[in-house]
Amino acid sequence: MPIRISDPADPRPGEITPRESWERLRERRALLGAAVGAALTPLVASAATPAAAATQAASGPADAKLDAKPSVLSTMERPTPREDVTGYNNFYEFGTDKSDPERYAKSLRVRPWTVAIEGEVAKPGRFDVDDLRRLAPLEERIYRLRCVEGWSMVIPWIGYSFSELMKRVEPTGAAKFVEFVTLADPKQMPGVRSMVLAWPYTEGLRIDEAAHPLTLLTFGLYGDVLPPQNGAPMRVVVPWKYGFKSAKSLVAIRFVERQPLTSWHRAAPNEYGFYANVNPEVDHPRWSQATERRIGEGGLFVRRQPTRMFNGYGEQVASLYAGMDLRREF
Amino acid sequence: MRSPRALRALVFALALVPLARFVVLGALDSLSANPVEFVQRSTGTWALAMLCITLAVTPLRRLFGWSWLMRLRRMLGLFAFFYACLHLLAYAWLDQWFDWNAIVDDVLERPFITVGVVAFVLLIPLAATSTNAMMRRLGRRWQELHRLVYAIAVLAVLHYWWHKAGKNDFSAPLAWALVVAGLLAVRLAWHWASPPARSRRSAQAARTMPGGARPAAAGGAPLRGPTLRQAPLERE
Repeated sequence: MPIRISDPADPRPGEITPRESWERLRERRALLGAAVGAALTPLVASAATPAAAATQAASGPADAKLDAKPSVLSTMERPTPREDVTGYNNFYEFGTDKSDPERYAKSLRVRPWTVAIEGEVAKPGRFDVDDLRRLAPLEERIYRLRCVEGWSMVIPWIGYSFSELMKRVEPTGAAKFVEFVTLADPKQMPGVRSMVLAWPYTEGLRIDEAAHPLTLLTFGLYGDVLPPQNGAPMRVVVPWKYGFKSAKSLVAIRFVERQPLTSWHRAAPNEYGFYANVNPEVDHPRWSQATERRIGEGGLFVRRQPTRMFNGYGEQVASLYAGMDLRREF
Repeated sequence: MRSPRALRALVFALALVPLARFVVLGALDSLSANPVEFVQRSTGTWALAMLCITLAVTPLRRLFGWSWLMRLRRMLGLFAFFYACLHLLAYAWLDQWFDWNAIVDDVLERPFITVGVVAFVLLIPLAATSTNAMMRRLGRRWQELHRLVYAIAVLAVLHYWWHKAGKNDFSAPLAWALVVAGLLAVRLAWHWASPPARSRRSAQAARTMPGGARPAAAGGAPLRGPTLRQAPLERE
């Protein structure tokens, strides 16, 4: 009998999703699929009728369902309870407390919503977010999320690889980086009136990072469209980097030649680098990054767990950084 | 106050409310999505709050003549120490699980933790010398020792300030910094407005004037040092 050496990437027994949650998810999808008459059609939109779609648009499609295929890129770890995913996060446009986004993002108008795709691309334009959502088959990707503050979650996102969008808009040879720009509307976002960061929130990736299949253009979570506090109607999710790299509520995606000046790097260049890859060996000046606290795993008496290089996605992404000194380019 | 004992009991009970809140919220599983962070931060905030309340006793007594406040000061100061202990315990136990390597690294490498630990260490001699016996034994030096509380307050605010620098949001620590600055500023103003009391006798003489303790502007010599009634048990 071969000896099985435990791999840190293996889920602990408690982390495996209970069968009944999966069955419930499957059931829900099957029902939805039946309703639209195409259970396995990847591009099923959320609404059954145009009227329903209109109602959703008016009231904010907080409970609109999205159908998505499971993905091999998903982790087997147990997803963080939904109320923690939607009730505890950072979205500075709504305030710096982690309960602020849920409290203040409700009023965010997510339709109509257009996204400017510009810069070094053959087919730039201003696109309706619903058209973007229908651009490629949606997948459910259960990713780990590691916040630079030292906590983590497991979130079932819904979206497709950002590379699908790149295929459509055709970046030119001059496109070396991608810049993501978040909405900054002081009328809807109370936090934008504060001076905490330079608005609009700007993030960026190197073009090969953006093209990596793990980089997800994200429209939903937990089977539904994104709630406003999690970056509705469309955000990016880069699971091997600290959470702040994954810009929310995107209004522009720019393909550029020079490395963009990102909001957090501008605020504190010695604390937040451009790459911001999850790295347990490179501490934040104010705290260690060696361990993380998994949210929703019990009360006061649960230990922190070790943080993994590239948030556990090293096998897929480490080659992007071959030859780089990740201590210097943190 | 007619009944100092009842007042003390009431304040004692009120000062335990934050602790009771943790217990109740914990029992209801309502300590937020991140219970450890919640308890860690809340105990720190309450330690700072108790410290500020303690530091407010003397100014309030002098401004409004509320001499009965002095009877609460030791207890309030000890509650500041109590919540600081819980804060440290929350960090060392709930957050780090007594991983001494990690804790030592934190203390040595992270200025905000260094400053917090220094503030805590400085609180220990103050708590240890809070008994009547120690007050008597230390005499005049007791007061000099307990002036450390000013440094502790500044360090506590710095600890909070540097902690919040990670979020780039200084609104909360700024508010606390203003409170501490105000509490220290009135003391400096009084100190500059009048030379230190030449002798305890003259201070005591002033203390017996109608109206009790008043700042210099209100007429009469400003008071420093203990009053006859309170000395040495409630010495400043």
